[in-house]
Amino acid sequence: MLRFLARRLIVALLVVATVMTLAFILTRLSGDLAVSIAGPSATQADVDAVRKAYGLDRPLLIQFFDWAGRAVTGDLGESYFFKTRVATLIGERMPVTLTLGLTGLVIALAVSLPLGILAAVRENTAFDRIVQVVALLGQAMPSFWLGLLLMILFGLKLGWLPISGTDSWESYIMPGVVLAFSAIPALTRLTRAGMIQAMGSDYIRTARAKGLSRASILLKHALRNAAIPVVAIAAVQLGFMLGGSIVIEQVFALHGVGFLAWESIAKNDFPVVQSVVLVLAAIYVLLTMLADLMNAVLDPRLRGA
Amino acid sequence: MTALLEVDRLQVQFGATAAVRGASLSVARGETHCLVGESGCGKSVTALAVMNLLARGGERKAERLAFEGEDLLKLSERGMARLRGNAMAMIFQEPMTSLNPAYTVGSQMTEVLRRHKGASQRAATDRAADLLARVGITAPGLRLGQFPHQLSGGLRQRVMIAMALMCEPKLLIADEPTTALDVTVQAQILRLLAGLQRDLGLGLLLITHDLGIVARVATRVSVMYAGEVVESAPTAELFAQPRHPYTQGLLRCVPVPGKIQRDQPLGAIRGTVPRVGHGFAGCAFRERCDFADETCQRTIPRHSAGATHDYLCRLPA
Repeated sequence: MLRFLARRLIVALLVVATVMTLAFILTRLSGDLAVSIAGPSATQADVDAVRKAYGLDRPLLIQFFDWAGRAVTGDLGESYFFKTRVATLIGERMPVTLTLGLTGLVIALAVSLPLGILAAVRENTAFDRIVQVVALLGQAMPSFWLGLLLMILFGLKLGWLPISGTDSWESYIMPGVVLAFSAIPALTRLTRAGMIQAMGSDYIRTARAKGLSRASILLKHALRNAAIPVVAIAAVQLGFMLGGSIVIEQVFALHGVGFLAWESIAKNDFPVVQSVVLVLAAIYVLLTMLADLMNAVLDPRLRGA
Repeated sequence: MTALLEVDRLQVQFGATAAVRGASLSVARGETHCLVGESGCGKSVTALAVMNLLARGGERKAERLAFEGEDLLKLSERGMARLRGNAMAMIFQEPMTSLNPAYTVGSQMTEVLRRHKGASQRAATDRAADLLARVGITAPGLRLGQFPHQLSGGLRQRVMIAMALMCEPKLLIADEPTTALDVTVQAQILRLLAGLQRDLGLGLLLITHDLGIVARVATRVSVMYAGEVVESAPTAELFAQPRHPYTQGLLRCVPVPGKIQRDQPLGAIRGTVPRVGHGFAGCAFRERCDFADETCQRTIPRHSAGATHDYLCRLPA
């Protein structure tokens, strides 16, 4: 178990290091940062002054190690636009994004697990086919469009839910549903496939031969085995949701990390952009590690690997 | 006295394929009834049909299918689940995959007793440990906490046997319980089953294609061919006086030390099992039989060769 953890940790650190490098390179590739920061009316002297002030005149490698070294110790630098510490900025915005992502995940699992199980139990019936078609449609629908449709219906026409802001928990329902919608198709199909495979297995025949109740056969014996790929994908989907919140937070005007990222991109606030990418990647890596751990709990055979 | 298990003219269909075509057999208390025949003859399907565990698409019909006089055909799935693992238990051919990889041996064993007898976890654990010791597993306490992947095939099959015995079943159906195991383990398991059967007085329906096993443990033998029981007799009688040409052929295929010479070819039954579809009439063995004539295409009457010996062939006793 310890070796398993240690190996996952090393891989995770390598991934984070790669992301740091990429985030750094990509922001540099977006153009001359000094020119962008100085603004359209700046003179050459202004640009040079900015370049010097921000340390952009130093060789790229030095700049990178300077930033990476600080980032490792938790110092993500200062925002050019907000003039505050980037870590503080992200820390303030993160709860909104995490709440949104988790809401999305909970809704997605609450819908896709029962749907997948039912579709598997009723394999090749009309119910099963309808679920699959709906899943396909869900996957094909752009999330911002679905968000707008929901806003029109539940926010404006019916007036049931707030259409923007983070004043109450109700504000998270619609964006949560929209985020969940993108994850539901994959999770449903995976649950269905896993359950069909599990239900056809020898150990389920044994469970039936033991005279266990249907609920025990389905939920204890089959679902635990079917859940293993679902957990892995759910973690990946939560990662996507946190990334996807860049769009959804815009649509619903939620001031989370996604909104911050969008603002910073628009304003060329590259320390913030770089750091948001880094933090989201780190969370993503953490999530996959968490999924690995959960799978080790679910499937004892993985513990030795 | 009614038999423990009565199967009368059982039919099982998978779509257009008839897997079992009117098989009849009965198992008495304290009896070991062996069901033999080559792969695909319908032995396992017969057992699964009795337990109502047929794979999806399987349909069963029978004149009578009764356990302790209770009609299993009329029983709901819920009613059947009350019997399964309780009064009638089954062991499968695949020890490597028949246990759930996600749960410990102990958890899988105790849940049967908790379900059927409402036992406490502690009582169920004690019984599980007791049974593991009984099937020859050392350190049962340790094994209960282990997962199936930590056990060898032989151990897993013993766990399956112990698990099947948790509720003291009256009938145990064992579908080739030793096929996947090596010979030494095979012998241990058979001795174990025979001992348990003697001690507990349970009726054992043992499915096998190994005539050596049959000779050692069976009280009675039923020979299946293409979905039918073609001959049924007490073990000694069947080996001494096989009536059906298929049974005779099967027995010729077994090498007997001292009787068969080294350079002499071993007996074989020519041809292969025909695919028997719907509306097939007559003897399914006729294409491979040395005694077949045109009357074999008609429906074959069941002949008896004594009170406890019958066979399905037009040839007279």
